[in-house]
Amino acid sequence: MLLSVKDLHANINGEEILKGLNLDMGKGEVHAIMGPNGSGKSTLSKVLAGREDYEVMSGSVTYKDEDLLEMSPEERAQQGVFMAFQYPVELPGVNNTYFMQTALNSVRKARGEEELNSLEFMKLIRGKLKELNMDESLLKRSVNTGFSGGEMKRNEILQMSLLEPSLAILDETDSGLDIDALRIVADGVNNLRSPERSMLVITHYQRLLDYIQPDYVHVLSGGKIIRSGDKSLALELEEHGYGWIKEQEAA
Amino acid sequence: MEAAEKQLEELASAGYQAGFVTEIESETLPPGLDESVIRLISARKNEPEFVLEWRLEAYRKWLEMIEPNWAHLHYPKIDLQSISYFSAPKSAADAPQSLDEVDPELLRTYEKLGIPLEEQKMLAGVAVDAVFDSVSVATTFRKQLAEAGVIFCSISEAMHDYPELIKQYLGSVVPQTDNYFAALNAAVFTDGTFVYIPEGVRCPMELSTYFRINERNTGQFERTLIVAEKGSYVSYLEGCTAPQRDENQLHAAVVELIAKEDAQIKYSTVQNWYPGDATGKGGIYNFVTKRGVCEGDRSHISWTQVETGSAITWKYPSCILKGDDSVGEFYSVAVARSAQQADTGTKMYHIGENTRSTIVSKGISADRGQNAYRGLVRMNKGAEQGRNHTQCDSLLIGDKCGAHTFPYIEVGNPTAKVEHEATTSKIGEDQLFYCRQRGISEEDAVSMIVNGFCKEVFNELPMEFAVEARKLLAISLEGAVG
Repeated sequence: MLLSVKDLHANINGEEILKGLNLDMGKGEVHAIMGPNGSGKSTLSKVLAGREDYEVMSGSVTYKDEDLLEMSPEERAQQGVFMAFQYPVELPGVNNTYFMQTALNSVRKARGEEELNSLEFMKLIRGKLKELNMDESLLKRSVNTGFSGGEMKRNEILQMSLLEPSLAILDETDSGLDIDALRIVADGVNNLRSPERSMLVITHYQRLLDYIQPDYVHVLSGGKIIRSGDKSLALELEEHGYGWIKEQEAA
Repeated sequence: MEAAEKQLEELASAGYQAGFVTEIESETLPPGLDESVIRLISARKNEPEFVLEWRLEAYRKWLEMIEPNWAHLHYPKIDLQSISYFSAPKSAADAPQSLDEVDPELLRTYEKLGIPLEEQKMLAGVAVDAVFDSVSVATTFRKQLAEAGVIFCSISEAMHDYPELIKQYLGSVVPQTDNYFAALNAAVFTDGTFVYIPEGVRCPMELSTYFRINERNTGQFERTLIVAEKGSYVSYLEGCTAPQRDENQLHAAVVELIAKEDAQIKYSTVQNWYPGDATGKGGIYNFVTKRGVCEGDRSHISWTQVETGSAITWKYPSCILKGDDSVGEFYSVAVARSAQQADTGTKMYHIGENTRSTIVSKGISADRGQNAYRGLVRMNKGAEQGRNHTQCDSLLIGDKCGAHTFPYIEVGNPTAKVEHEATTSKIGEDQLFYCRQRGISEEDAVSMIVNGFCKEVFNELPMEFAVEARKLLAISLEGAVG
């Protein structure tokens, strides 16, 4: 098991958002988490990534046999947890290439690997851009500064491909994307699927799952996973809406 | 670029790293200021009569002046009678001819600061006129410069060797009685640097002076005078760090720049004097008057400063754009954290036609630091088509610090254009989290974000200086977040 979440309760600003969430992910599996607004999707991704304003009240998260909740956000990243942000953050004046090189070298250093110099890094990043069919102009700009929604998301995928995480969390990566951008992002994600990489795809809409085929689909509602199944569950949801599952639960 | 970033990673411990006192025997006057002290300084330095007269004149006028209080600064009144106005390393009595003759303790001091003269001499090709406790004790590369006709020496030497030039230019940009601190400087200045670039000469290397205040309770009053003749070019670097100590130390320097027709002067400063402890105790009071005159047509003066140190900074490097088509620039990064206070900016006086000026000011405030930008852009009546662009950005770290902007704009010519842009932003939790999620430590994330914020200014610095500036910035903001 790569990731095991047990009876997780978490608050923000004193309000309980996650109310006993359970989730198990094996190596190389792609899990989708779907749920209506306010169900706790974003909270789950942020708790996993280590955002400090979310308070874990009880429960456990085991990642690669270690207590994930004990680690700082940078330690988690160094251990292979990557989150593609729903709203990537602008860093004005910070060159994107320099940012990515610093990130990669921080991660490599923590893993006891040799740091890459600028030449080696440029070679690597150019290769990644090619694989993902992306433009080199992304490299020269300041991190996310003045990027369009699509460019930001592509930049997230680029970073993911660079850092080669064991667990990639895609936090509503599809939000705010038109269909073309969505396809480019989904292609990127599909390129990065591997037996060594598990992915947690968090989304409100089914449409992303037309492009990224999950092994498992979970429905999150009221801070708990109330239903799990294979990808057909996503289609059922699309047809009947979230209300349908909630009714079934209530019954 | 990469080397610079590497340096950042090497930073390990917090606190003021340049804080140590070198034990060199000094010859120091007892504290106090009156005419006899000025006569003594002048005599000790064996100055020509006209300099003594000039000093005394400044002193008498200064007695009638009052200390300015308009700046956004709060500090206890400085007791000028408790300051000693002259101190010279003993080894300077018989001035050393080469580095071999320099007090090894002094050389070790430079090594601790990471600026070994030897290495600089070999690697960077930078000539260093080291001002240590007010008297120059080491000058390198003088010969090569002399071959190009460049004069680069201490101002005391210049008084003996080039009295005509000194007579002509000393006080020509910053008059003796310009302001309280400039007048005090004129009365008691102990040494400084003189640079003269003859017509058509491009100075073959970057000139650099490292200042260090090292004598307990000794105010340092430096004077720098740079004259660039027609069509010449010079880049001058001024950098300083100071040992840690308890008493407040006053520093009132004066810098004068003169650029003739088609000449260009680039003046860069990295200032890292002791900022005091968390309460501000013991920090340097830095009251500096810097002004350049673009005298000739198409002349160009740029000031670039990175101010990370001092408890109090009061400093407005300015340009008088007299010549037609002349250009003035001011690029500044000022950091105020702990109890530091900075009131800094520039003045651009547009006098000639088609004169242009650019102001880029980046203020960073953390902890309880207070940072004020104060700038004046004046378009005189004759400044046809004069143009100014001002960009004034403030970055706040934490919620107890302050950023203040005091722009003054006076336009006396209808064809002139003045633009002012200002922003204030905060290093956000979101930005830090984003970096950390990518594996970057919080400390590295802060320096990365701050360096990004300051990029436009750092780009103006010569390479070696940019490295030092980034390093200083990282050191001075260690522990500012979280």
